[in-house]
Amino acid sequence: MAHASTRRVLPGFGLSLGYTLIYLSLIVLIPLSSVFFLSAGMGWDRFIDAATAPRVVASYQLSFGASLLAAAINVVFGLILAWVLVRYTFPGKKIVDALVDLPFALPTAVAGISLTAIYAKNGWVGQFFEPFGIQIAFTPIGILIALVFIGLPFIVRTVQPIIEDLDVEFEEAAASLGATRLQTFRRVVFPTLLPALLTGFALAFARAVGEYGSVIFIAGNIPFVSEITPLMIITKLEQYDYEGAAAVAAVMLLVSFALLLIINGLQAWTTRRAGREG
Amino acid sequence: MAGGVAVRLGAHAGAATRFESNIATRDRSWVKYTLLAVGLTYFLLFLILPLIAVFVEAFRKGWETYLASLTEPDALSAIKLTLIAAGISVPLNLSFGLAAAWAITKFDFPGKNLLITFIDLPFSVSPVVAGLIYVLLFGAHGWFGSWLQANDIRIIFAVPGIVLATVFVTFPFVARELIPLMQAQGRDEEEAAVSLGARGWQMFRRVTLPNIKWALLYGVILCNARAMGEFGAVSVVSGHIRGETNTMPLHVEILYNEYQFAAAFAVASLLALLALVTLIVKTYIEWRASLTTSEESSS
Amino acid sequence: MSIEVKNISKSFGSFKALDNVNLNLPSGELIALLGPSGCGKTTLLRIIAGLEFADEGSIILSGEDASEKHVRDRHVGFVFQHYALFRHLSVFENVAFGLRVKPKPQRPPEKEIRERVHRLLNLVQLDWVADRRPSQLSGGQRQRIALARALAVEPQVLLLDEPFGALDAKVRKELRRWLRRLHDELHISSVFVTHDQEEALEVADSIVLMNKGRIEQIGSPHQIYNEPATSFAYSFIGNVNEFRGRVEGGYVRIGNDLLPHGRSDLSEGSSVIAYARPHDTEIVKGETGEGVSAKVNRILASGAVTRVELIANGDAREGKKDYFEVEVTPDDLAALSLSTGESVRIRSRRLSLFGDN
Repeated sequence: MAHASTRRVLPGFGLSLGYTLIYLSLIVLIPLSSVFFLSAGMGWDRFIDAATAPRVVASYQLSFGASLLAAAINVVFGLILAWVLVRYTFPGKKIVDALVDLPFALPTAVAGISLTAIYAKNGWVGQFFEPFGIQIAFTPIGILIALVFIGLPFIVRTVQPIIEDLDVEFEEAAASLGATRLQTFRRVVFPTLLPALLTGFALAFARAVGEYGSVIFIAGNIPFVSEITPLMIITKLEQYDYEGAAAVAAVMLLVSFALLLIINGLQAWTTRRAGREG
Repeated sequence: MAGGVAVRLGAHAGAATRFESNIATRDRSWVKYTLLAVGLTYFLLFLILPLIAVFVEAFRKGWETYLASLTEPDALSAIKLTLIAAGISVPLNLSFGLAAAWAITKFDFPGKNLLITFIDLPFSVSPVVAGLIYVLLFGAHGWFGSWLQANDIRIIFAVPGIVLATVFVTFPFVARELIPLMQAQGRDEEEAAVSLGARGWQMFRRVTLPNIKWALLYGVILCNARAMGEFGAVSVVSGHIRGETNTMPLHVEILYNEYQFAAAFAVASLLALLALVTLIVKTYIEWRASLTTSEESSS
Repeated sequence: MSIEVKNISKSFGSFKALDNVNLNLPSGELIALLGPSGCGKTTLLRIIAGLEFADEGSIILSGEDASEKHVRDRHVGFVFQHYALFRHLSVFENVAFGLRVKPKPQRPPEKEIRERVHRLLNLVQLDWVADRRPSQLSGGQRQRIALARALAVEPQVLLLDEPFGALDAKVRKELRRWLRRLHDELHISSVFVTHDQEEALEVADSIVLMNKGRIEQIGSPHQIYNEPATSFAYSFIGNVNEFRGRVEGGYVRIGNDLLPHGRSDLSEGSSVIAYARPHDTEIVKGETGEGVSAKVNRILASGAVTRVELIANGDAREGKKDYFEVEVTPDDLAALSLSTGESVRIRSRRLSLFGDN
């Protein structure tokens, strides 16, 4: 790192940093702080009441539970998809690779209504579950499906580059020491991918907890059963309960910030383990 | 959003054959075909099916209904508002991204890492919270609510609120593509340009911009896709006034809730097309950017 | 264990990496595969290990055809150029890896694994780093751990790919001696690949010299250095003076100069390349007589012998003047009393000739 000097060689430091700070403050920092100022103004008891009302707690359980499960499912299948995309050749590979990013590009409302149509009782997929009495759309399973959809690219795109950069020497060394392919995967490849998998898991989880558009159509939104936390904020806003909405939002923001810290730590771990010198 | 031009430049070509021809990295064929089957089925079920369903549902009642749904006044005004929101927020965040990346990568100052974390913040905030914060500030019962009312300025349930919410959710896109790339490129070339007598703007246009153009474009198209498709944040601040404060995604919601499925999917299909175009451009940019780096590494 | 390489050929696309290679390596020796980069030595090593498969030919380990065997069943220890230590595992677990992945019936009990790993770590004199991660070790330490890891599975043969290539000069010299000592202790058949002739000459029992996918010569370091069998062997090993000319009776004619060769089996008028080591080359005062005419360019009098660098007086070849080097003892140097720029003649006490095609 070069030493900070009072005389700078390149132009534009004051202008670019000043613009950055003002813009960041006006658009992000000051508006976000409103949530905490309003929550703080409520006093502890009213804040706790609003943030832990039974219906709200039920929404936490659903949002966090479904998000964890969706991220876990994506870890397994996302890893398989990333592996297939790096290690094998097959027709249409380039197209598959490009379309993995679809959930990033497709507006959430579009994904929401489309998934609802597919998984409704008479939908393409839903009709096969209907005879067994299994409903997917308008139940927590539907929420899970939507969260799996939006989370998939996070796992694939964090693990894929790590698999690409895996040095074949490690697998050769394991084989020369007598390890089977499965042992090599479990003891050599998987531990190398683990930090990236956890990073992807955390990213997918963080996104799923706050997700609204793709979930809201397929959820059914029945109190205590299929109401997600972001919906609780909207419900409170519609009743002009600004404080209640701010309290729930404060809880969500704190969770997001905690996740952000964890993700930063995980990413540092990923680069360390994937780096050549360990 | 994971990835980015800088990260996605792994050696694609020939990588698979390299692994498949090496005894130590080759999977048995039953393993290979099982994984291929599982991975691709998952891909079809969760990614392709929803994409196809959008278009099938959109044309369920035929071309005429489809075209009528897209040309009715409310749909047109939703398209217009979406274009306005994206047309304002993309340039704003583009200029911010350039300024932030320039300050962060070309100079040393304390608190830099904190600044980078703050720039990423909007990605980890729920869209609904993103909308909420502006209601708390500018809503009828918000901090500036009475002052705004007294001066007859409408932000919430009006176009300015929609633009603000869109700017917030698309805030980091350009910056986070540029920062890692410009960090990797260092300062040498700009310093060389200055030492050769280039002025600020000349240096930027002749040295910096050619080096970052693909990452910049990448950030812009992702930013644009999100700006046009944002639902949660915009939904909170819009008030859902037909013909006035509805963007395309909100218009889809209203039609859907009114059981006008074919019309809802028709508008949705436009957004799905936008997504596909975005992915095509994105793939093209990645390909171009990888060409540039492989030229550099081979010379 | 003996290693037999029979008629091995291997191509990568249109590039022929190995061209009908035959080799018989006796048991218990430390053997160097030596050659310039791209000569096929690493490919040959990887084919012996089972990491690569030949297009034609077979690999016979201990009299048994192993050509179709998977690398994990060949019981060879392979040490990778960049060590390939598993960075998420401690040094101890790296060495224990091969024991832990054995099928249940053959897997030694935990107590024995501990003993064996510690014995190996002691052998490589690194027992004190057992709990560290590979990233906390120096390059030389990593190399020794990689060796201990390969030895843990008690391989019948040890294969090392450029074992000292990634180390700096001082560590390289230490590790060379250490590897030689270790081999004298263990007597495990070992093959190492190197492009460094000094390394091969110093460490190996015998050297396999390779070029362009073929074997040029096999022999002891003494033979390889003193009796190069081919033109390539001569030019690759050690410093050498090269003369190109035609046979003319008992001489080689190089331009206007005549160099005596002392052989009787050469056909008159044929093109030859003659080689002479600097210490077998002598300087003769005077401008006429036998020998190649050259001008003294520099006199490098550091060390026990003085090196005299000369430039040929004859015609430039391919736009470049020939340079010669002669090693002279201090006594001879005093007797010659050379000065820079002086024209002299050089001759060889031992000239080796090869047909020039």
